[in-house]
Amino acid sequence: MKYLPFIFRNMFRKKTRTILTIGSIAVALFLFGLLVTIETALNAGIDVAGVDRLIVRNKISLIMPLPLSYQERLRQMDHISEATFATWFGAIYQEPKNFFPQFAIDTETYRTVFPEFEMPDTEWQGFLADQEGAVVGRVTADRFGWEIGDRIPLQGNIWTGTWEFNIRAIYEGARAGDDESQFWFHWKYLEERRPFGKGTVGWYTVKVDDPDHSVVVSNAIDRRFGNSAWETSTETEQAFAAGFAKQIGNIRMLILSIGAVVLFTLLLVTGNAMAMAVRERVPELGVLKTLGFGDRTVLFLVLAESLVIALVGGTIGIGLAKLFTMGGDPTGGMLPVFYLSTGDMVFGIAIAFFVGVAAGSIPALTAMKLRIVDALRRV
Amino acid sequence: MVSIDGKEHGDSLIRVRSLNKIYHRGGETIEVLQGLNLDVEEGEFVAFMGPSGSGKTTLLNLLGGLDVPTSGAVTVAGDEITSMSGRKLAAWRARHVGFIFQMYNLIPVLTAFGNVELPLLLTKLSKPQRRQHVETALELVGLGDRMKHYPRQLSGGQEQRVAIARAIVTDPTFLLCDEPTGDLDRKAAEEILDLLTQLESDHGKTILMVTHDPLAAERADVVLHLDKGVLVEAADEAVAS
Repeated sequence: MKYLPFIFRNMFRKKTRTILTIGSIAVALFLFGLLVTIETALNAGIDVAGVDRLIVRNKISLIMPLPLSYQERLRQMDHISEATFATWFGAIYQEPKNFFPQFAIDTETYRTVFPEFEMPDTEWQGFLADQEGAVVGRVTADRFGWEIGDRIPLQGNIWTGTWEFNIRAIYEGARAGDDESQFWFHWKYLEERRPFGKGTVGWYTVKVDDPDHSVVVSNAIDRRFGNSAWETSTETEQAFAAGFAKQIGNIRMLILSIGAVVLFTLLLVTGNAMAMAVRERVPELGVLKTLGFGDRTVLFLVLAESLVIALVGGTIGIGLAKLFTMGGDPTGGMLPVFYLSTGDMVFGIAIAFFVGVAAGSIPALTAMKLRIVDALRRV
Repeated sequence: MVSIDGKEHGDSLIRVRSLNKIYHRGGETIEVLQGLNLDVEEGEFVAFMGPSGSGKTTLLNLLGGLDVPTSGAVTVAGDEITSMSGRKLAAWRARHVGFIFQMYNLIPVLTAFGNVELPLLLTKLSKPQRRQHVETALELVGLGDRMKHYPRQLSGGQEQRVAIARAIVTDPTFLLCDEPTGDLDRKAAEEILDLLTQLESDHGKTILMVTHDPLAAERADVVLHLDKGVLVEAADEAVAS
């Protein structure tokens, strides 16, 4: 602690250079924060997908429906405790850019299968009682300023015309990564009004009694409906979400690549700044050693300076990224789960720590090995 | 009493025996010090003179544990420093030696107070204790009112005073001065020499000083000349000339 004032004095002997170095680390860590947030957003479904849930969809394509009659047949199968369904609605609120996912759901079973979406029971009862009622996630409600009782018109895309809904409940996810952008309404309301597709649903979500049975159950489902007019493809919710994310490429690899380049550049920038700082200070380091500062103390002083620079830059960068993500999804609905987790923030600071140590180690070792008589000769 | 004959003197603070220092530069071998002997008692003020390249600074570096000899031994207050490890030597320097350089060698980003406090950071003194020591040292060199000044805000003479305060703040066993007046005008040089003389006479400090300046050497109790790698005692008239 007693060396801290000395370390800070040294840091700011070349103010411009130190500020630029801190700035470059801050920008890099800000970028890292955003990339991790985007990666989290794209994989949000995967991370929070229920391990005990299977998605049953039409084998041909997700956009092809399945018959409503499958629900009872699924329920009767071994190891399945519940089966619910939903249909993609795909309507527009005011403008196409105001995207959010809308599902017509089976109100009797949906909440049993998805208990992580929480709301007051009174609101849920209000939703059940209103045929034109809707449940909306907190993120979407806040985004459009909707409140309970509001009447929302949506412009149908698949089933055209204006569809009006009454907001009866607002749900919140029990976990940080839960999607709070969804909009649910009664499947029966859709069924009554739609001119085509009657008697069908988009997909089923079944709950298995034990995650260990997932493979057996999914194979059994696909066998059961094989060779029918509506063959199924069943997979775990996690695999289903991962498949969705993969449609836009290997995000994790992309992020890792960019992150590695950023890290390497950071090492060069910080390492260069620290090497210059030590080179300019050789006579002073000689003086310190003359006064009795040991090799290890000198090593510590240089390393600590590098560390402080990296940690200050890293904290600023990660802090800015956190502030940015607190503003919510900047894409208007494409990344509904847009947040920088505490774990990722700690990881970002750990990267800054690593950069500080790695970039400072060579200059610090140089300073440590410096012979006093050689250093003093440069005065 | 200073002696250079290499005979045993029971009460020597600094004892140098058969000190050799050889440099290899390119294919050339340079014998800077050749079997040098020296005994200095506590409280003595010794000046070393000699032409450039005669090995004065090399001798000072060896006495201060900044460099290691090719052979020979340096013993200070019973500790043979030539056999110490680098780590032990650093701790020994911090405890026993005060260095004063020609170019002051102050840390530019630290105030006079910060510069004088530096050696105390290596001790176990608390912050208030360090402050008290620093203030005492700066008062002693007449810079009690310049504590918050940075080196760039001080004159050469004042900078050297800060360097002296830094050298004495830990109350070291002896002071090593390498051309302490070499970068100063006559008036400032006299002030610095007065201060060194005062440290010897009033505080009993042992001082070893390298100088080119005969007037500076005059302040010492003994003047030794370095000639062809060995020390010879200078005649008074030779010093004055």
